[in-house]
Amino acid sequence: MTSYAKDTGSEFPSVSSYRDLKVQESPGYWAMVRKRILRDPVTLISAAILLVIILSAILAPVLAPYDPYVGNIMTRMKPVGFEGHLLGTDETGRDMLSRLLFGGRLSLIAGVVPVSIALLIGGSLGITAGFFGGLVNTVIMRVTDVFYAFPSILLAIAICGMLGTGLFNTLLSLTLVFIPPIVRISESVTTQVRNLDFVEAARASGAGSFALMRYQVLPNVLAPILVYTTSLVSLSIILAAGLSFLGLGVSAPAAEWGLMLNSLRQMIYIDPVLAALPGVLIFATSMCFNLISDGLRSAMDVRLKV
Amino acid sequence: MKHDIIAEPGILEVSNLHVAFGRPKDRVSVVNGVDFSLAKGEVLGILGESGSGKSVMLRSLMGLFPRRTHVTGHVRLAGQDLLAMDKKTLRNIRGRDVSMIFQEPMTSFDPVFTVGRQITETIRRHDGVSEQDAQARALELFELVAIPSAKSRLTNYPHEMSGGMRQRVMIALALACRPKVLLADEPTTALDVTVQIQILLLLRELQREMGMSVVFVTHDIGVAAEVADRIGVMYAGRFAELAPTRAAILTPRHPYTRGLLAATIHGQQRGDHIETIPGAPPNLAHLPTGCAFAPRCGRSVAACTEKMPEMTVFGKTHMARCYNPEPSQI
Amino acid sequence: MIGQVPTTGADRMQRILADARDRGGPGQPMLILKDIKRHFPIRKGVMNRTVGHVQAVDGVSLTVMKGEILGVVGESGCGKSTLSRLMMRLVEPDTGEMIFDGDLVDDKVGLTTRRLRRQMQMVFQDSFSSLNPRMPIEETIAFAPMMNGSSRSDAIAAARALLDQVGLSAAMFARRYPHELSGGQRQRVNIARALAVNPRVVILDEAVSALDKSVEAQVLQLLIRLQEEMDLTYVFVSHDLNVVRYISDRIAVMYLGRIVETGSVDEIWDNPRHPYTQALLASIPSLDPDRRTMAAPIYGDPPNPINPPSGCRFRTRCPFAETCCEMHDPAAVTLPGSSAHAVSCHMENEASGHSRVGTNARIAEVTQ
Repeated sequence: MTSYAKDTGSEFPSVSSYRDLKVQESPGYWAMVRKRILRDPVTLISAAILLVIILSAILAPVLAPYDPYVGNIMTRMKPVGFEGHLLGTDETGRDMLSRLLFGGRLSLIAGVVPVSIALLIGGSLGITAGFFGGLVNTVIMRVTDVFYAFPSILLAIAICGMLGTGLFNTLLSLTLVFIPPIVRISESVTTQVRNLDFVEAARASGAGSFALMRYQVLPNVLAPILVYTTSLVSLSIILAAGLSFLGLGVSAPAAEWGLMLNSLRQMIYIDPVLAALPGVLIFATSMCFNLISDGLRSAMDVRLKV
Repeated sequence: MKHDIIAEPGILEVSNLHVAFGRPKDRVSVVNGVDFSLAKGEVLGILGESGSGKSVMLRSLMGLFPRRTHVTGHVRLAGQDLLAMDKKTLRNIRGRDVSMIFQEPMTSFDPVFTVGRQITETIRRHDGVSEQDAQARALELFELVAIPSAKSRLTNYPHEMSGGMRQRVMIALALACRPKVLLADEPTTALDVTVQIQILLLLRELQREMGMSVVFVTHDIGVAAEVADRIGVMYAGRFAELAPTRAAILTPRHPYTRGLLAATIHGQQRGDHIETIPGAPPNLAHLPTGCAFAPRCGRSVAACTEKMPEMTVFGKTHMARCYNPEPSQI
Repeated sequence: MIGQVPTTGADRMQRILADARDRGGPGQPMLILKDIKRHFPIRKGVMNRTVGHVQAVDGVSLTVMKGEILGVVGESGCGKSTLSRLMMRLVEPDTGEMIFDGDLVDDKVGLTTRRLRRQMQMVFQDSFSSLNPRMPIEETIAFAPMMNGSSRSDAIAAARALLDQVGLSAAMFARRYPHELSGGQRQRVNIARALAVNPRVVILDEAVSALDKSVEAQVLQLLIRLQEEMDLTYVFVSHDLNVVRYISDRIAVMYLGRIVETGSVDEIWDNPRHPYTQALLASIPSLDPDRRTMAAPIYGDPPNPINPPSGCRFRTRCPFAETCCEMHDPAAVTLPGSSAHAVSCHMENEASGHSRVGTNARIAEVTQ
């Protein structure tokens, strides 16, 4: 059976004449999202700040005026604006600007890498659980619940404490921490979409599980999951900093914002501005990720007519 | 027929009401100049399709607006301008002099308290009577709105009641302080047809007994015809027509009203011709200059696209905004 | 069983039978439901214990003739939506069987669900949630044919042709997304999507209920035109009696999971025999300010389908209820002198022992 609409012999032209029909292109969904973001100053500014932070981390070897690991005993604990050291120096006389630039590399890696891997694993598990439901769902979700029962910081500390310090272990423990919430969100979003009428209608058209997933479910769940994941990046940066601060993450002399915050904490009475610098960067970076995530969320909401 | 409705000073006087949402640069005007006067004991039915501004207009009669709303005009209740009032006075007036019932009663109840408690609270807050008196009054109200076994129903939680029963409780709650004006926003739309007619008859009876004025918003002409003394047909934030119910339904003057009546499926059978209104309602963000209905109108003339027609009075009480109205007899 | 009604004209029936897919011939109904039941369990607590059942559809037998429009009317919670999903096999019945043009619908021994859905499609009420927000509408329409083996270019060309047929200019609308359309336009897309596999039966589940009045009539007229041009059979499910009357050849009235009365439009309108049907008709607002409804035909709300009354489901609101109504389920009785008018009421059944048997009791006599 061919599955064209019947040619009814009425005033309508035949189906074949539609092959070469010129149709008006629609700006489409992503154009609308782009337009909304371009009209949202908060998201734009956050993105710009974040871009500067990321670029300066990448270009740290070029931008940094000094070696971040070599200090000069003569110029210890100089304040912000000290001649030759734009942002001062730390307790061993290393240039703060250079350390902050290099520190951004580790902190951003600690923010992005665990969340990306967790997204891959947690997203697949969650979407699978939501899409198939039933026993598959029960197994995946109950196991997730066990991990979810611990506060994320405790879980990270516990895993890190077990595995020992170091960058790899930090990333591994953070990845494990972020899988459960991503599974949760992916599962609930998928379950929601799966129960919408258009999936039902596609099912009624004879589509198999794979086609339903590929064309109907995935395009509608990826965006919200991504938005949620973006907001986790900030948490990951803070957790990584926290672990380093507690001595469980990367260890000295590595330049990492959390670790720097830790080693500078005695200086808080001598030069509070200097001591706060890594904290300010942690705060700014995570805020940017959060604000971008919020902006994306509202820009992607098709129900909102703007 | 109440031909003298307009001559009397109304209990509720609305003049030049405009409501717009959003920031100044992308403002969407939802209500674009509404004037009417509601007489004591009158039921005004507001008829309109989605996006006609009928619900927003109704809410502004109680001073209920979301954030970033731009309102101008006057809403005078017994001489006092609600839009010029401070928040505290307004709160006192809400529920006491003017109260409202909604389409979905579930959202207007607190799910953690019994319905009886919520009614007694309201009575005590506005009238300052004792707990016992308030309870007695609540029972009275439940009997008034014909809730069977009223006494035991007072101890129910909102979710334990059926849709029709909840709607009765909401009416009881709205009437708790004997308001002068009752505002009803599609109160029967979510109900089944056999329950809808019960609620409509109940409202009609209560309105007569208590001598209340009612503004009843609906999209269903049949519902308006059952309860209203006068019907206002809204289109794109304005009244297209405002007339006594009989005239509005039997001899509409505005082409939109006539089109709406013709397109309403009521009693027609298969094969009967139904004349539909072409196109769809306009986007409120980009209203045409002139009459908003002109692009869909079969009777439009050159003037229609240039300037919005003023409200024209036909006879004594029949008003329509149209340069080329339908003939008075069909 | 309910007999057939000759509602379809002879030449139209000729065309319907000329369809290569026709198997049963003119006398074979398009669709027969036999005692279909579906109860949904209500689960509670950590152990997922079943604490009760929603008796959504509780023993429905129904016949849909070839080329007719059958209206199914009932109030919210009466199971009419579940019934339409049961017909589409989006919900599996607990018991009962369904016969499509002579073939038993059964994945093992009969017509498979997949093959059924090539001949039967559905239009949902919510025009927004029934369209994929990330797909241009032409791709939504072309999706089903592509899933059934059409090439992409064929399917897209056919989808554009369909868009024109449902009154949306393909040149303008084909690439648009659902959020760029109005409710009425979206419902037209849904109709086109359902027609894309060239079905013989379309189930319309409250398809015009969410639309504005001025748009509703346009869409109804479109549906009627398409039904005539494409020789379709419709099952039109709605709560709106006026609309059902306008579009249907035959009407089935549902109450709490059961069919209480079936008959031609005229039979139901001029001679409603079930007290519930009478109450429904009398509850319609009059639209005549000189003849307003003076008394509600029945009181109270429909009971909860989790715990429906024993015997006749309507007895708790029926002014004529007697002990026999409580004791026994009323069976469907075909009225004498009619082939299609069937009522499930003890008052129509000689053997029931109801004191008003044969009196043609009218609910209006009691309420006035």
